[in-house]
Order: sequence, then structure tokens, then C-alpha cells
Amino acid sequence: MVWAPIRSSRGLPRWLLGAGCTITLLFVVLAVFAPLIAPYDFDTFSADGQRFAQQAPPSAEHWFGTTVQALDVFSRVVFGARTALEVVVLSVAVSLLVGVPLGLVSGYFGRWLDRLLVLITDTVFSFPPLLLAIVLSFLLSGLLGGGVAPAALAITVVYVPQYFRVVRNTTFSAKEASYVEAARAIGAGPLTVITRYLFSNVVQSVPVIATLNAADAILTLAGLGFLGYGIQPTEAAEWGYDIQRAIADAGAGIWWTGLFPGLAIVLLVTGLTLVGEGLNETLNPTLRRRRLLPVTLPTRDTDAGGSR
Amino acid sequence: MPTRPEPAAGAATVLDVADLRVHFELRGSFLGRLLGRDAGSVQAVDGVTLSLRHGEVLGLVGESGSGKTTLGRALLGLVRPTAGSVCYRGTDLAGLRQAQLRPLRQRIQMVFQDPGAALNPAMDIETAVGHPLRIHGLVRDRDELRDRVHDALRRVGLVPVERFASKYPAELSGGQQQRAVLARAIILGPELLVADEPVSMLDMSVRAKILELMLDLRRDLDLSCVYITHDLATAKFFCDRVAIMYLGRIVEIGPTERIFADPAHPYTRALLAAVPEPDPTRTLTRQLPRGEVPDGVDPPGGCSFHPRCPHAFAPCGWEGRDVRALLEQRWTALDEADYAAEQALFADLAELDVRGSRLRIRPAASRSAESIRALLEQVRVGDPDEPLWRGVRQVSVADGACVVDFVEGVDPNLGPVDEGAVACHLYDPAYR
Amino acid sequence: MTDEAVLRVRDLRVWYGTERGPVRAVDGVDLALVPGETLGVVGESGCGKSTLGRGLLGLLPEGAKAGGEVRFRGTDLFELSGRALRELRGPELGMIFQDPLTRLNPLWRVSEHFEELLRTHCPDISAEQIRHRSLATLRRMGIPPTRYRNYPHEFSGGMRQRIMIALGLVLNPAVLVADEPTTSLDVLVEAQIIRLLADLRRNFDTALLLITHNLGIVAEACDRVAVMYAGHVVETGDAREVFAAPAHPYTRELLRSTISLSTTGLHYIPGAPPDLVDPPPACRFHPRCPDAMQVCATRDPVTVSPRPGHRVACWLHGPAEQVGAGGDAPLVREEIDVADEA
Repeated sequence: MVWAPIRSSRGLPRWLLGAGCTITLLFVVLAVFAPLIAPYDFDTFSADGQRFAQQAPPSAEHWFGTTVQALDVFSRVVFGARTALEVVVLSVAVSLLVGVPLGLVSGYFGRWLDRLLVLITDTVFSFPPLLLAIVLSFLLSGLLGGGVAPAALAITVVYVPQYFRVVRNTTFSAKEASYVEAARAIGAGPLTVITRYLFSNVVQSVPVIATLNAADAILTLAGLGFLGYGIQPTEAAEWGYDIQRAIADAGAGIWWTGLFPGLAIVLLVTGLTLVGEGLNETLNPTLRRRRLLPVTLPTRDTDAGGSR
Repeated sequence: MPTRPEPAAGAATVLDVADLRVHFELRGSFLGRLLGRDAGSVQAVDGVTLSLRHGEVLGLVGESGSGKTTLGRALLGLVRPTAGSVCYRGTDLAGLRQAQLRPLRQRIQMVFQDPGAALNPAMDIETAVGHPLRIHGLVRDRDELRDRVHDALRRVGLVPVERFASKYPAELSGGQQQRAVLARAIILGPELLVADEPVSMLDMSVRAKILELMLDLRRDLDLSCVYITHDLATAKFFCDRVAIMYLGRIVEIGPTERIFADPAHPYTRALLAAVPEPDPTRTLTRQLPRGEVPDGVDPPGGCSFHPRCPHAFAPCGWEGRDVRALLEQRWTALDEADYAAEQALFADLAELDVRGSRLRIRPAASRSAESIRALLEQVRVGDPDEPLWRGVRQVSVADGACVVDFVEGVDPNLGPVDEGAVACHLYDPAYR
Repeated sequence: MTDEAVLRVRDLRVWYGTERGPVRAVDGVDLALVPGETLGVVGESGCGKSTLGRGLLGLLPEGAKAGGEVRFRGTDLFELSGRALRELRGPELGMIFQDPLTRLNPLWRVSEHFEELLRTHCPDISAEQIRHRSLATLRRMGIPPTRYRNYPHEFSGGMRQRIMIALGLVLNPAVLVADEPTTSLDVLVEAQIIRLLADLRRNFDTALLLITHNLGIVAEACDRVAVMYAGHVVETGDAREVFAAPAHPYTRELLRSTISLSTTGLHYIPGAPPDLVDPPPACRFHPRCPDAMQVCATRDPVTVSPRPGHRVACWLHGPAEQVGAGGDAPLVREEIDVADEA
């Protein structure tokens, strides 16, 4: 039922989905098996008691070269994937857990509750997302330290209004459907109506936003890191931070420290966006068109023509 | 569990509706809301009184805007009444909160017009039909649930059950979906079934099958029914008693045979004459009521049907907009030059849309009120049988305007005729 | 009906592709429309009525293929270029749809709809002529001239349908196809519109093809009727005669299963119209036909003419010599489940 539209998709949407999934999967593999793939840890600057060369160009030993702190760029990129995905999974999961139920409740009950929630989320919405993330990250890192969790939570707050908005609006129109009234007529209470009748019909647009938001979250995370408000360099490898450190290198003709983390960001964001667009094309009924197959009319015997 | 029937309510009466009113507030325009202006309200159900005996099928027949669907929903407590009461076996549903209503749902069930929309697209038929049992906690385990669902599916003809139980609504035809909706409605063993146009969305070859199924269910399960429809033919076939509704009110109610053999209200007569029959020997009458069902926000004064009624007379509630309708009707028959000349007499035609028994028509700048009076006189002479003139007391000229005085309109009340009741001044002894 | 026909359809087929194979929505239809006549097309949903109506105007669903010919005054519409066909639509071939509101532009006044239409097809027309012609047509449809400058939302449903009909008629087309024009209307308004359509015959020489599922409307407003089943026209003839004495079992059963004010017992046709991707062989009605014979399941019926102007495609009406030995023995029908229905 759920997978049917994806399986039956063809042409451009299928291609988008396929390419997006391949790229995303590549990063998932990098993230999950980071300790096995990366030759060194993200904060290792020496091996066998020997310090790595500083700012060494890519070589057989250090594929992507080393940084000014003598860290292995390839290892940092691989561990950066792990950080990025941790943050994305955490922030999307928490945003969904908060945004979807709030949207359902707000859309179904309406009235003052709806107005209040809409007011709050609109207020959040009206802040520039990066600014909001910076403020929250700053506040949360004071409470929770400079790890993955505060960054993820800061990003969560930025994206909750989006889920809320979409779910609330679809709930608003879905609750007018005959089957919701039918559910009330058989005696279903609000909780049953929301969980059994509205939820499955309302969440269909969520996967699309979730993947597109995931792509956006990578950028926000990198933005935080770049500005120095993100995950502390001692806690994990983070692409945005690395790029920021690489700015000085660029003028000196040291291209590898900036290029590879940058490429990783571009690739992962592209991959997730492709998945989102592909899902949108396959799941969104207004974009999904029935596939028409060419028809050939069998020729008629000329002498039989007109007999029927 | 439902309340025990009180002996005083009478064992025979299942449902007692008294002076039920449902008004919907209109949201109005953005500016209007901003300024706190009242956009008015629609009186969807405007004082309906009726009762339903056990085992009876009552038809609510009317066109769109008649309030039949809102009335049906109010019978289930799905719409909150503005005033009046809906008593099911002595319990007034109008005063109950949603949570208090829920146990009563086991006794009163509903069938919807669009069976495809009435089923959750994400729920298979077995789950959907069994859901009422789970909501009300009436089954002990999965096996019992399954057995009862399969019984219900067999009862509505969805056999072999295995073929339909795991299907999703989109995979079924319209007739099959409606069978599933019926199965869901009967699984709780209700006493009262409110069926809102259950066959009107179905293909004509299926209507008879679903109607036959409903007749079977009614007989076998000892159901009482409220059958809501715009289709007189199925109502005639299915109902014991019929209530004809127009703009939120019952205009005629009585036993089906009497209503169809000898309709009393002019509206009922018009409806019956308007049904196209596939009978080559019969043709539609040319005397169809003019116009359409008016807007419920501002219904006509007096009897709501009077602007369209061929038998309307003095007390039916004539007012300014009827004059405008009459003039517009006249102008559709005139050629362009004559129309332009006549229309130029009036300052503003919209001024004719007023309520009340006195209409002032201002002439255009260079025209005289007398010429408007003359025009109206010409219209009257041209068609003296037009019912409007029966309600006009006099047409005069005063203060530079043409003044039309109407007979004060009176709202007709449901009064008894032989077998049943009708709301029409034609049957009021006071006017005979 | 010799060649006075304004529109002549020969062996029209309209198939469209799906993932399961081509849907044979219209599969070999012969029809002729004479100026000024009203032909009703009836049948259950999914019998190809609407596809036929659009096919007559050269309108095909996306991805569809058409075969056979639709000759309008001698020219085959399918051989015309897209542009030549578009120029015919409006002045010669018109269409009225079920839901008038979706076909009227909500931001345009009624007058603007007429101006746009008349200017497109008669580039030299003056503003005065536009107004004159539009008001004359509207008047005939019972719309008062005072409402000429109103917007669509200011009209009731019946008035909108009247405006749609007026828009369809203002260019005085030779052929007008009306697809379920009264389905979304109230009982009394429906009757008014039927009357209006019935009167068209007298006032305009437009040939009207009226597609409906309501047999009562055909009896009321049509000169002739064509009964469609599974992409075929199974019976055509004078509407009164066909309804008084239906020759095809499908027509008869359809009439019997219609619930009307004179209905005293419920009757229905078992089963559902076939899947047009894979319709039954030979006579497509044979699995549901109470009179089916052996021959009905093996050979395509031949269209015969029991009366002048009346054509029926059913083995019950012969030709007897083609039925063959034992062909008229009753067919043992397969059991049809109760819930096998449309």
C-alpha cells in the first residue's frame, strides 16, 4: 500500500529517487562504519609516535591531505558524515515527534488551541532560521555541553513549525471528509479519530518535508559550525568547522583542507534533496500522472467494415 | 448502554423531534469580520417537529438547501441544535455532551451519500467494519471480532467474505463500498438507521440492489429508518411516511400513499410533476414553478415557497423582491429596445430587494413615479392571473416615488389535512 | 436518414492505454445526427458514453487512439489538423458539461464570456452585435438582461447551466454535445432545463447529442435514443418506440431496473458492466443477459433493422440463418455473486 507508488514510479521521479538514495546511502555507510573506513580518529594527529606532517598535500598515506593541526582530512570527512547524520536523524525525529502530534491536535480541535499554536509557531517561523539556531545552540550548549544533542535540538526548534504547519493544514481539510464524520457516527472519540482515521491520511506529505528538511538541517549545522556556535571541535568532527579553519589555507594555495568537507556537504545535501523531490513527484497526487501506454488499434477487415 | 425506554414516552415512539432549529453562522467577508460585522446566519433547520415510530421508515425529501441533511445529522447529534430537542427513547440528545452521546451511537447509526468518502481510505474493509465493536469494547478477542465482522459482511452480501475482507475501499465498486458502510452501520445492532441519500451516488443498475438490501435489513433487524433523499421515486418505494422539506421547514408530512396519490402542498405537487419518467405516454408538465430554491440566508417572507408557487394568494408574504423578479421575468420576453426603455425608468433596481409590506420605488432622475406606476399597471393588465397581484393592496404615487402596498404576509403553520399535515394557507380555514 | 446527416460516425473506436492494456471505451460505433434532432445516449457508467460524446467532437482523452471516421458535413474530423479542428469547435461543434461552475471563469462577467467567445470566432463582430446576440440567446434561456454584467458566482446552479447552454448556442453550432447537463441540479431545476433542451428542437436547427444515465430525461427530451453497452451501441431508434417496445434485452432490463414513480417491484441486472480492457467475447452482454443463447457467447451479433429507423445488435432478432444449428439453445450462465456490481 505505502510502497506501491514508489515501486510503480517511472521516468524522472524514479531516476531522482534512485540517484538520491544512492548518494544518501553512501553517506550512511560512511557514518555507520566510520571507525572502520577512516584510517585515523577524527582528532588523531600522530601515528606510531610519529606526528603527521602539517598541511601535507594528498598522498598515499593521507588521501585528502592533512590540516594545519596535522589532522587527517579524509578521516575528518568520514567522521563528519557520522556527526551530520546523527544530528539530522535526531533533529528530524524530534521535530516529527513534536510537530506532527501538535499539528493533528491543532487541526482537529481548532478554536483557541489552534490559534495559540499557530501564533507560537508563526513567531518561531518569522525568525531567520540560522539566527534562531545560533541563539538556541548557544543557550543549549550552556545546559548540555557542546556535543551533538544541543546542536540537534537547536535545529529541531527551527523545523517544528514546518511540520506543524503542513500537518495542521492537511488535518484541517481532512477532518471535513465524510469518513471522519462516519468515525464520529460510530462512536469514535477524538483520540481514536486522530490516530486511526486522520493520522494515516495526513502524514503522507511528511516524508517529503522530512527529507527536504534533512538537507536543510545539514546546511544549518554546517552554518553553526562555520560560525563557531556548533559542535565543539573536541566533541566530534564537523564539516562546517573544518571549512572555517580552511579559510586561511585557501590563500596559501592549500586547497584540500576546504575542498573535501565542502564537497561532502554539497553531495549529501544534493542526495537528500533528490530523494525529497523524487518522493514528492511519486507521492504527490497532483504531480503524479497516470502513465499512459501507447495504444495500437488492430486494423479492421475492410469487407466487414460498417457491419456493426 | 442506552437509557431504558421510559414507559411514559410510549414504547412505539423511537424518536421525537420538537421544534428543532439549527442555525449556522456565516463567516462573512474578511473586512466584515475585521469590523465585527455580523454576516448573518443560515437557518438550515428552522423549527422541525416530527416523530418516528418503531419499525417505521420516514422519508425526508427535499431539494438542496432544504435542510434535510442537516436535520439528519442533528438526529445523530453530529450537528449541535440551536434550539429544540431530539429525544431518542426519552433521552434528549440536544443536551448531551459528545462523550455522553457516544454510548448512544450503538443505537443510532448512519449511512452516507458517498460510500467511497465514508470509508477511511487507509483502512481495509475488515478493520473498518469491525472498528465500531472495538471502539465500544464489545468483543473479547480477535476471533470474536473476526466472526462478527464476517457475519456482518455476509449479511450485506459481500460474499465470499475472503474476497472482500482484506480489500481497501478504493479497490471496491460503489455498490460494494455502500454494502461495507451498511455492514459497519448494522454491526452494533442499532435500532435507528439514518440513511442520507444512500443510493443517489450509485449507478442506476445498482440502486435497486442496495435498496433491496436495505429493505431486507430493515425487516430482518427490526430497524427504524430515516431516509433522506431528493429522489421521490425511491422515497415512494422505500418509505412508510414522507416529510417534504423546503428551506429548513417541513411543508407537508403524511403517509406515502396519500402524499403521492393526493399531494396537498403546491410544492409537493410541483416536485411530483417534475420527475422525468421513462414512460413514453407521459410528458413533463409545462407548469413548472419558476426560479430556484432561494438563498437560506435571507429566505422569502411569509411562506418561503410563495415566489415560485402558482397558487399563492394574498397572505403568502409578498414583498419588494417579488416585484423585481416579476419585472426581470417580463424583460426576458421583451426585445432590447423596450427593455432598455423600461429599465431606464428605475433609479436603482436593487432598491426593490426589501422586506416588509411597503415598497417604495424611486424613479430615475428624469422619469416620473407615475410612469413606474403606469408600467406596473401595464404588467398587471398583461397578466392579471399572476399570483403577485393577489397580494398587492394598492399601487400609488407618494413623495415622488411609486409605492406598492402588500397584504401583510403570514407564516403558514403545519396544520392537519386528512392523514398528515401541510403548511399552506390554501388549507387554512381562516382563508377559505 | 440519407445524407442529410450533419454528423455521421462510422465504426468509431476510441481506445486509451493503461498499464493493464488498452481500454476499449468506444469500440465500433455507427451513428448519424440529423439537423435539429436530439439523440439521447444512455447506458450504465463505464459504458463509453462520455468518451463517445467527446470523440464526436474530435476530443480524445490523453494517450488515446481513435479509429474509424467521424464525418462532419463530409469531412473526417480525424483527418483535420489540430488548428482546423479547433476552428470548427464553437461555431460548428459545441459541448455542454455536467458542472457549469468549473467551466465558467469566476473572474469574468457573463458578458465577458460572450465577448471572448464571439470575438475569437467572429473577428469582425462589433460590440453592439455581441451584446445583441448574447442577450438574445440568454433571453431564450430565460436569463433576464439585467443580469448580463453579473459574475458567475452571483447565479444559482440552474442559471449557470442556462448560461452554459447559451454560450454553447450563441454561435449557432450545427452539433452540440451535452454530457449529463442536469446531473448536478435540483429536481425542479432539472425539469426546467430538460424542458429547455426539449424546446431547442423547435427553436434551433442544432443537432443535440444528450448523454445521460437517466432514461426519464431521454423519454422527455429526445427524438431518438442510442443505448450503449461496453463500448457498443446495442440499439438505436425512435425514443418513444424503443421505450415502448425495447428490442435489445439490455434496453429492456435497463428500463425495468430504473426506479421511477410507477415502480412497484425492484428489479436489477445481475453483475456489472465488463472491464473494457478485457471484455467478454462475442455479444458483450451475454454473461448478464437473461435471454442469452449459445450463439451469443460465440459470435458477434449482427446489427439488424426490425423496423425502419430502428437498429438492434442482438441474436434474438436474427438473422436466423446465421444463428446456426443449436445456436438458439439457451446458454447456461455462470453464477454471478451478489456483490458483483458497479
